Amino acid sequence: MWSWETFIDAFPFVIEGINITLGLTVTSYLLALAAGFIWLVLESTPSRIINFFFHWIREFIRSTPPLVQIFFLYFAWPEVPYVGMTFTPFIAAMLALGIHFSTYISEVYRSGIESVDQGQWEASKALNLSTKDTWMRIVLPQALPPTIPMLGNYLIILFKEVPLAATIGVVGILSLARTYGSNTWAYLEPITIVAILFLLLSYPSALLIRWLEKKMNNRFEKKETKVKVSK
Amino acid sequence: MEPVVQYKEVQKSFGDTHVLKGINLDIMPSEKIAIIGPSGSGKTTIIRLLMTLAEPTGGDILVDGKNLWKMEVNGKTKTANEKHLGAVRDDIGMVFQHFNLFPHKTILENCTLPLTSVQKMDKTEAEALAKQMLDRVGLGDKFEAYPANLSGGQKQRVAMARALVMKPKIMLFDEVTSALDPELVGEVLEVIRDLAAHEDMAMVLVTHEMEFALEIADRVLFLDEGVIAESGPADDVINKSENPRLQEFLKRFRSNGQS
Ligand SMILES: Nc1ncnc2c1ncn2[C@@H]1O[C@H](COP(=O)(O)OP(=O)(O)OP(=O)(O)O)[C@@H](O)[C@H]1O
Ligand SMILES: [Mg+2]
Repeated sequence: MWSWETFIDAFPFVIEGINITLGLTVTSYLLALAAGFIWLVLESTPSRIINFFFHWIREFIRSTPPLVQIFFLYFAWPEVPYVGMTFTPFIAAMLALGIHFSTYISEVYRSGIESVDQGQWEASKALNLSTKDTWMRIVLPQALPPTIPMLGNYLIILFKEVPLAATIGVVGILSLARTYGSNTWAYLEPITIVAILFLLLSYPSALLIRWLEKKMNNRFEKKETKVKVSK
Repeated sequence: MEPVVQYKEVQKSFGDTHVLKGINLDIMPSEKIAIIGPSGSGKTTIIRLLMTLAEPTGGDILVDGKNLWKMEVNGKTKTANEKHLGAVRDDIGMVFQHFNLFPHKTILENCTLPLTSVQKMDKTEAEALAKQMLDRVGLGDKFEAYPANLSGGQKQRVAMARALVMKPKIMLFDEVTSALDPELVGEVLEVIRDLAAHEDMAMVLVTHEMEFALEIADRVLFLDEGVIAESGPADDVINKSENPRLQEFLKRFRSNGQS
């Protein structure tokens, strides 16, 4: 039976975990954003063998469930010879989710870069821009803004995968809800609270992303109207 | 006088397709050359090799006597690296069929970028020079506009200003009017006409505008199936040549009403 009393009692207990939940989301997302670039570099070296090797590894990581990866890093990694070491639950979950999502994010970056017209590269070369300036001032400023909505989507998906970390004992809101349940035998309210918290955080983010998407689609027209108005 | 550019037995293949089959060409400083020829004959490819957008598969291209695509390292000849190419590229400018302006930068920024980034010029100086060039192509009132709000003709004039700020010794034009609505062609040709008359840089124009070629070119090359089939003063090539392939090409051209 639903009890508002239990709800009110459970709320402060469960919300204690929000820092961990959000902290894990943000750190693993930042890792994914950075590692996404690293894949891109590893897969576009002058050596086709190296590119293929890393492409295959990324494909492998992408095709295995994040939960398996979390278990692997937490339980199995310490047993790996030479490089093996023990991670705290938080670090293991952060690495696993960060690396898992980096494999998608790298794909997003790639699609952004490929959407830049070949003529932009050629004009940069004809003007003798350095490789660095071509990337930093011509290609990336055009490639990245259109990927922002996609990157935002992956942030929300990642956020919703974070409760997986509860399985290795990261004490986020879901773990606390379960603890509350096992202490009081009331699961309905604490777990509902978790669901509501997720909804409260992801729905507005989804709206924000939809808005960004619209803005990105019209970004050059925006500039146009701005200029017309100023005249 | 020494040629500013020399093509020596230049070849280019894409896989099994032999696009250029031994091009020999000297371009003199300040010479205005028009290249005509059927679609697929290799006109674009010739100038892309000089702009270093594609690498020849045979022969040599010399710019100011320096081999563009090869360099000497400890007495051995090697494929040119980026640094070697970069040093030569400064002397060459190119205007593209599809403009290739930078859409995220204003007109003015499009023109100052090569100055501040490549020549390390300071911003005020770069802007002064860029404004001067934009004025010259008739866009002195559009500095803050973005490429998206210009007409095709205006875009192409910006592209010319952007190439001009670098003060190249050789300017390459690849069918710069063929992506334009017919009524916008004139304003672009007008700018080229002005450059041809007042600039002493060499100009190479790939063009389908025969009348225009006649008017401004010192020399016309007829490119056919990867070789220079005819070369000479514009009037001789366009009006007096006996070459049957060239006559056929010109006839087809005139019947299309494009001349
Ligand atoms: N990157 C490439 N890969 C493969 N083939 C190419 C490439 N670039 C050009 N070609 C081929 O080389 C030939 C010559 O192309 P090029 O663009 O130089 O012709 P063009 O004379 O400029 O023709 P057009 O008048 O249509 O512009 C064509 O058959 C074209 O298909
Ligand atoms: Mg062409």
